Amino acid sequence: MYSLESKDLHLYYGDFHALKGITMGMKKNEVTAFIGPSGCGKSTYLRCFNRMNDLIDNVRIDGEVLVDGVDIYQKSILVDDLRTHVGMVFQKPNPFPKSIFENVAYGLRVNGTKDKNLIAERVETSLKQAALWDEVKDKLKKSAFELSGGQQQRLCIARALAIEPSVLLMDEPASALDPISTAKIEELIYQLKENYTIIIVTHNMQQAGRVSDNTAFFYMGELVEYGKTKNIFTSPKDTRTQNYVTGRFG
Amino acid sequence: MKRYFHNFGERLIEGILALSGAVTSLTVLLIVVFLFKEGLGLFSQHPVSEGGVIVVNNQNPVKELSAKQIKEIYDQNITNWKEVGGKNQPIKIFRLEDITDYYPEEQLGANFEYLPQRLSELVSKQPEIIAYFPEQYLSKNFQGHPIELENITLGSFLGGKEWYPTIQPAVQMGVLPLILGTLWVSFGAILIALPLGLAAAIYTAEIADNKVRNTLKPVIELLAGIPSVVYGFFGLVVLVPLIQKVFGLPVGETALAGSIILGIMALPTIISVTDDAMRTTPRAMKEASLALGATKWQTIYKVVIPYSISGISTAAILGIGRAIGETMAVLMVTGNASVIPHTFLEPVRTIPATIAAELGEAPQGGIHFQALFALGCILFLMTLIINVSVDMVSAKKKANR
Amino acid sequence: MSFTSNPNLNKSKRFWQAFAFNSFRLLSFLVVAILVVILGFIIINGISVISWEFLTEMPREGMTKGGIFPAIVGTLWLVVGSLLFACPIGILSGIYINEYAKDGWLKRFIKLMTNNLAGVPSIVFGLFGMALFVNKFGFGDSILAGSLTLGLLALPVVIRTTEEALKAIDDSFRIGSLALGASKWQTIWKVILPIALPNIITGIILSVGRVSGETAPILFTVAAYFLPKLPTSIFDQVMALPYHLYVISTSGTNIEASRAMAYGTAFILILIVLLVNLLANWLRRYFGRKVKMN
Repeated sequence: MYSLESKDLHLYYGDFHALKGITMGMKKNEVTAFIGPSGCGKSTYLRCFNRMNDLIDNVRIDGEVLVDGVDIYQKSILVDDLRTHVGMVFQKPNPFPKSIFENVAYGLRVNGTKDKNLIAERVETSLKQAALWDEVKDKLKKSAFELSGGQQQRLCIARALAIEPSVLLMDEPASALDPISTAKIEELIYQLKENYTIIIVTHNMQQAGRVSDNTAFFYMGELVEYGKTKNIFTSPKDTRTQNYVTGRFG
Repeated sequence: MKRYFHNFGERLIEGILALSGAVTSLTVLLIVVFLFKEGLGLFSQHPVSEGGVIVVNNQNPVKELSAKQIKEIYDQNITNWKEVGGKNQPIKIFRLEDITDYYPEEQLGANFEYLPQRLSELVSKQPEIIAYFPEQYLSKNFQGHPIELENITLGSFLGGKEWYPTIQPAVQMGVLPLILGTLWVSFGAILIALPLGLAAAIYTAEIADNKVRNTLKPVIELLAGIPSVVYGFFGLVVLVPLIQKVFGLPVGETALAGSIILGIMALPTIISVTDDAMRTTPRAMKEASLALGATKWQTIYKVVIPYSISGISTAAILGIGRAIGETMAVLMVTGNASVIPHTFLEPVRTIPATIAAELGEAPQGGIHFQALFALGCILFLMTLIINVSVDMVSAKKKANR
Repeated sequence: MSFTSNPNLNKSKRFWQAFAFNSFRLLSFLVVAILVVILGFIIINGISVISWEFLTEMPREGMTKGGIFPAIVGTLWLVVGSLLFACPIGILSGIYINEYAKDGWLKRFIKLMTNNLAGVPSIVFGLFGMALFVNKFGFGDSILAGSLTLGLLALPVVIRTTEEALKAIDDSFRIGSLALGASKWQTIWKVILPIALPNIITGIILSVGRVSGETAPILFTVAAYFLPKLPTSIFDQVMALPYHLYVISTSGTNIEASRAMAYGTAFILILIVLLVNLLANWLRRYFGRKVKMN
């Protein structure tokens, strides 16, 4: 069974047909990279899996999106419940204007964890998982804004991990970071793969090549090609994929 | 040459624009000058009522009394000269209309031409007397000495508990009841407006869909547009009788009526300022919260409200400012009794209502007139403090970013 | 189907959200209800009073009969007079603040002062107008004194509106014009102002509503208790709608008998506000669409 799956998924922003019949599935413990030029629909597609598109007015969806085999667009699904299961990391680091500790604890608190020891424990584990613990363990009470951009992004990853999701959606998580921070994030993704289903949207072809097991190429709202990363990069079947991965457009 | 004129024209225009830009500052300056010039004049005035004089017997050692003591004497709360530093003798109060008790009308003359003489006689004969009469009847060789009144001091003005600006013989200029009345009514107004305004702002900014939002916006604009005199009229014919009936009061004109009307009037300010503030919450921050499984409501009170807290406080301060300065509606529904308020079901009188109600009757340049300008100064200072604190809150917010 | 191991938690989260949202919805509808009640009450009671006679005749019999014609005319004079003062100065001042004044203490000071002026209570404007225009300048209780006082009150509104309208215009328009060799003023006059004008006009229309309803500033500068004739010059006193409503609802010769007149006057005041808001909204939509089409 796929961890994440969509069947003939169409998405419209008002009159604009943004996703055109996407059918694909992603397995647990694999990293899938979504690539494609700006506006191709890859971020929109990503945001279908935690229903983040619900926040936008005039969005309409046809088809099925399944998480662990469950149709998440059926009426009985509780959206916030779904989102504790499907975590997300955003393009720009977006910590809350709270302390480092409170940022990581936020998800636990909103989901009803009151036990202080448990929270402290989870905060520490998540920060360690995000390879940030050693850098911040002495200043957990400090504002998250005092961290560097790269640290902030790892904090946001720790924040997402704290509520123990099983899926991690990453929307260009390194695009606003310097190369060293980027390398740390990529390293992190590689380690996290052991426990999570990971999707990463990226503009950076080398990054896709480095971190992902599978790659999906989107173009104008269509899934053009999907397969093993090394196949996509070395022997793409579609000419559009070939043009894109060889840098001829995009 | 043409170039030169061209530059000259540009300069000229810039000059005119700069002058226009200075108009508001100039106006504020002029307001300060004119208000304070008239208002401060009050403190060099004797609080004796216009054109009157208070005299006592020459043997009476009392030379000076405060306005408050005079009122107490005339209210017969003080009945012995001993109490105000004189001899142990009862006080005999004399008002001009009492003259016929002492002298038959023929002795006063057909046109009261002998009145000054008789008054002088009377005061010299009666060691216990205190007499108040118009200054014009004070004869040149008057037997008796006038009582000096202490000037009105800032302390007695701000701390005085009685506001009887036209009472004879000595006016009472204590504005404490008016200041407290203003704050009381405004406090009540904000108590009503803040929860209602915040709720409506949160609803419009974060919860309602576009359709509801587009109906609420004009509603709020209309609420802001209704003239205060119409609010006052509505309060007078609907709210006041309602309050009277519900609480079984002798009169419905109460602080409560004022607070409700002012609360309604402060709503648009609070809603629109809060709404604007909440809209500045970065989308990324809301998304982060939602993506962690927080509900919309958790996101609102854990992220959106803390983020826009300075805007919300600005809204509250501006709402209070609006309530403090409001005149007509309050004048029409609060009953205007100048007593220190203890409950919301009593009539109160606010500073703006006092000015509006009394300025028309106060003789220009007189003590009452100046006292009303001094009230204007207090009001101006209150609103100035409010504006400056709003400016500080928003400056701090900018610095924090 | 649930993704969480703790369904009770979901219940509690959802309960508080539903509780909060429903309370807010209720309170928001209360705000709407307040407006509907006030407007409805005045419209229902006032509309039956409105007649040709009410609009065009002098008040009679201690203001319990007749019409409110002199008050309508008086308010019209005051609105026109105050805008003649506030618009030019306000617009020029707005241009200065947004286009000329450099960021720094001066600009900050001017803005602070404008904000302060906007925050000054209307009764203080009344005191000031009386001290300066009526007494110092010797205008007496007159349209001139009243208009200037109301004009000062409207000034911050016009300035802010202008500022906002100018601020909303993209700098590329300015740079484009300057790059073609136009002077700063030419740029403002020919390029910037025409774009900003619809928004400025909308703001000015809204301030008409404000000015026509203000009572406190005109109490001691122009408003006449009862004056059944029309003004012949700007040095005459006039009756005005808001003051007239105040008078006949609180201190008229016979408050009960003049109640109908009061409802009618309140209705006219509300009508002005409604029309002004409708017009402003229509303008916004009209110009909004036009801009989009470009």
